[in-house]
Amino acid sequence: MIQSGIGSRVLALALVAPAVAVFGAFFLLPLARLFVVGLSGPEGWRTYAAVLVEPRYLESLVSTMLLAAAVTAVTLAIAGTSGLFLARNRFPGRALLVALLTFPLVFPGVVIGFMVIMLAGRQGLIGTLSEQVAGQRIVFAYSMAGLFLGYVYFSIPRVLLTVMAAAEKLDPQQAEAARALGARPWQVLVHVVLPALKPALLSAGAICFATAMGAFGTAFTLATRIDVLPMVIYTEFTLQANIAMAAALSFVLGIVTWLALSLARSLAGTSVAAAA
Amino acid sequence: MTTVTGARHGVAFWLQLGFTLLVCMLLVAPMLLSLLAGVTENYLVGIESGLTTRWIAEVLRGYSDTILLSLQVALACLAATLVLGVPVAYVLARRGNWLTRLFEELLTMPIAVPGLATALALIITYGGVGEFRRSWLFILVGHVLFTLPFMVRSVLAVMSAVDLRTLEEGAASLGAGFARRFFTIVLPNSLPGILSGSLMVVTLSIGEFNLTWLLHTPLTKTLPVGLADSYASLRIEIGSAYTLIFFVMVIPLLLLLQALARFGQPPR
Repeated sequence: MIQSGIGSRVLALALVAPAVAVFGAFFLLPLARLFVVGLSGPEGWRTYAAVLVEPRYLESLVSTMLLAAAVTAVTLAIAGTSGLFLARNRFPGRALLVALLTFPLVFPGVVIGFMVIMLAGRQGLIGTLSEQVAGQRIVFAYSMAGLFLGYVYFSIPRVLLTVMAAAEKLDPQQAEAARALGARPWQVLVHVVLPALKPALLSAGAICFATAMGAFGTAFTLATRIDVLPMVIYTEFTLQANIAMAAALSFVLGIVTWLALSLARSLAGTSVAAAA
Repeated sequence: MTTVTGARHGVAFWLQLGFTLLVCMLLVAPMLLSLLAGVTENYLVGIESGLTTRWIAEVLRGYSDTILLSLQVALACLAATLVLGVPVAYVLARRGNWLTRLFEELLTMPIAVPGLATALALIITYGGVGEFRRSWLFILVGHVLFTLPFMVRSVLAVMSAVDLRTLEEGAASLGAGFARRFFTIVLPNSLPGILSGSLMVVTLSIGEFNLTWLLHTPLTKTLPVGLADSYASLRIEIGSAYTLIFFVMVIPLLLLLQALARFGQPPR
């Protein structure tokens, strides 16, 4: 029985035991090992300090965070606008539009990278169009700008769905009341709608930021020369065989993304991470 | 809110619709281009060069093992997350205390922590176990870690919405033991959550790359690993044809997932 007493506690324990065992053995233990290996290099604990002291690593950490912040801001603006619009209006073709907008949700980073190549690569759409219009081929896929485009591309569906779900739960009477009191549409938006959407925007933004920090596949497809943190980790591990540094960098990266999500969750007061 | 249908739309409506259509085009255009490139004789020349299925055939010849391995990993991952995750969701739904909340929190960490870091941690810890390192099970472990929270969340959401306690107490008062209650009451009532969780797990597993790239070996390549290979070294038509095959595998699952979500919603 699960209602009460020792018997139910034993049963509950037995039910979660397999998951706890797998999770402990294959996630918590390896993560602890990762931390220890980060300490085991010739530099000892200074390996962790190097993340913040050595220009190469610090620059990559900072540029990755700036990229993630820019992706988050732009995605929130784009998907927030479209999400709010789709949640508040009904028109023919709306369902199809929503379905199309959510396709990239399940694309892996490598496919997102390929989509960026299709748009902004050497044989891409933007290059072809710009050549016809301005006589010059614009190609920016294989750089930080391409990565930015890819992460925005990938993040739009997720933020859109979160905003739509939150906007559909809003109490329409509040906006009605504001309008009845003489508020203009933009005032209703700024003072009523956006504050009510704040938790959703925060959590969607945090997911967006964490994904852009830690994603690897897109950068891998576009170019190995983009110095975002995941690429630096990969290079340290495979080419330099500097396992201690790779471990330390991964651990710091994991802490940053996990903190971003936890912070947003405590600010938003809802469960964030798995809002897929 | 303003549920206006008909002709009385203001300028703001059309502006926002235009903007949303533009965003949609940005997302869909490269997908269409890649579908087109996958069946075009020569993408540089364009559609005039003729349509062909030879690129698809070439991918199927060279990479069918990656497709099969991805399906194998995805199904095994589904089985593992069902066996591990559904009981966890049940305990979380029935017992909310600090310990279960802590476990729920920990369980979502593999989503927050980048796949690259998780993969590195797994290699550091188990890379020396040669037999395990070389087998497809090594990839499976990574996929289970990453997808388990999605299964638990999805099932938990449905379990929290139905009043399991009352249903179970009713059955218990009629003499049904735990196993009987679990299989005849808990599971059937959680079916929508189990179904959408399953679709999510399979879809995510088929597309997983961040972990898999470090976990794979030359003999255990999954579909996204093969995709990365083809993007890096083969002509754009083959990469596109390969992507087309990936779309065909994944998009129906996504559509099913969306249909399920709509079906589960109360009528508006």
